[in-house]
Amino acid sequence: MMDIQNSAWEIVRLARHPKRPTSKTVIKELFPDFIELHGDRLYGDDPSIIGGISSFLGQPITIIAQEKGTTTEDKIYRNFGMAHPEGYRKALRLMKQAEKYNRPIFCIIDTPGAYPGIGAEERGQAGAIALNLREMSRITVPIIAVVLSEGGSGGALGIGVGDSVAMFENSIYSILSPEGFASILYKDSSKAAEAASLMKLTAADLYQLEIIDAIFMEEGGLHISYQSGFNHLKSFLTQELNRLSQIPQEKLLEKRYLKYRKLGQYHIN
Amino acid sequence: MPEFLDDRQAKLNSFRKNVLKKETTSVPHNIPEGIFVQCEGCQTVIYQPKLDELNGVCPNCGYHAKISASKRLALVLDSNSFTEIDSDMTSVNPLSMPDYEKKLETAKTSTLMNEAFISGIGKIEGVKTAIGVLDSAFMMGSMGSVVGEKVTRLIETATKKNLPLIIFSASGGARMQEGILSLMQMVKTSAALAIYHEKKGFFISVLTNPTTGGVAASFASLGDINIAEKSSLIGFAGPRVIKQTIKQDLPEGFQTDDFQLKHGQVDFIIERKMLKSTLAKLLKWHRKDVISK
Repeated sequence: MMDIQNSAWEIVRLARHPKRPTSKTVIKELFPDFIELHGDRLYGDDPSIIGGISSFLGQPITIIAQEKGTTTEDKIYRNFGMAHPEGYRKALRLMKQAEKYNRPIFCIIDTPGAYPGIGAEERGQAGAIALNLREMSRITVPIIAVVLSEGGSGGALGIGVGDSVAMFENSIYSILSPEGFASILYKDSSKAAEAASLMKLTAADLYQLEIIDAIFMEEGGLHISYQSGFNHLKSFLTQELNRLSQIPQEKLLEKRYLKYRKLGQYHIN
Repeated sequence: MPEFLDDRQAKLNSFRKNVLKKETTSVPHNIPEGIFVQCEGCQTVIYQPKLDELNGVCPNCGYHAKISASKRLALVLDSNSFTEIDSDMTSVNPLSMPDYEKKLETAKTSTLMNEAFISGIGKIEGVKTAIGVLDSAFMMGSMGSVVGEKVTRLIETATKKNLPLIIFSASGGARMQEGILSLMQMVKTSAALAIYHEKKGFFISVLTNPTTGGVAASFASLGDINIAEKSSLIGFAGPRVIKQTIKQDLPEGFQTDDFQLKHGQVDFIIERKMLKSTLAKLLKWHRKDVISK
């Protein structure tokens, strides 16, 4: 039990390691010819979510990525990866554009959560995320999503609905932070390590719960060297794009629906 | 002139003092439980049977108190028109979370419900409708696997049977005890609505007090018409979390029904007494035989 507890908390700490690469590094390494496209056309441009087009193995692909920032200044500029409604609306605009031009979508999830602030509420944070969930479930091109480090709740899900979802070995995906969970469960946020072990938030947990389809091993952690982890991502992306592009549109949407339809456990008396 | 201002100030101070005194003395003590309740809006003490008779609306200030799912159904449906579906579905403890079973038992005992969501088919002024109601008395109306599954099945039923759909939300969000599985219910319910939407189904979402978190960020925000009930707190993050994050006080009236209307997030605010007739009107205008003409 102790081992499990340590490992879950250890993973939380690795996922938040200050030297861990962010989405910008993934884009630089895997999509060197990336062109960024800004703005939601309604309110503004949210630097917490980077969107744009690139080529991947000779084919165009739309990239949507949550960016936490690297330097202090950049982190503030990126709002630590916590998006506002305009971020989710930009993401949706670019996904619809991808659908129009029949190119696949690749989403990189890395956020502590959608931003809980006054402006975010005024501009309809809940509605923006809800709309993405509904629309992403029916976008007619393949969607592949990967959790790079932190998949924080609805904020992660807002760009996280896909045909194929994967996580890095030392990333987490959860309903709220272990600190938040501990403060509710134990009324003590310092018991986050204990909470983390109960929450089932690691890649291994989510794989077992059939929420994700693959785990990318990191060989020591992305903060030490990301090359091998990124290679796993690259071959997964190659393989999945190839596989999903051969599925007829209608079948693709049906499979995507069933992927989420089956999630949940209950008892019928 | 300064004397005059000082004088006014003194009067104002004494007035405040008296008002304050009055307020503190009006707080009720040791009132037998269940006979009187205090209005959350104006703090007036109200005789419970009287409040029930008024469907939870304060006779003094008009504040809309929370009402149970069964009362809600009785309020909007034609009598004896309701057939419940999926009533026998109950929660399990998929992540083996400590005390979850105990909490479920307590909720079941106190609410006499199997879970936080009641769903079925009923009639509103004769219009057959798929209808579901969340009850915040059952674990804060939180959405775990059962609520997610029941909401999804209700939407699928409405799609299959070509029925309009009304869901009353009252929820603190996703159910923490089922962790990531609760989160995934947001996708499941929204995806079911996507298909319903494509089939031109008509969905009225009524957001009641409170509607926040994962429920607000999924099906509750996806109505063709979103209605906020009077006296409701509606938002993505809870006010406490926002206050902690931004480290400043929240503006007056933040996340109220008025706030959501002002910021364009809901179509209108409804008073409980107008609820049934308004829903009936909207349903009639969207009847399939009307819109297909």
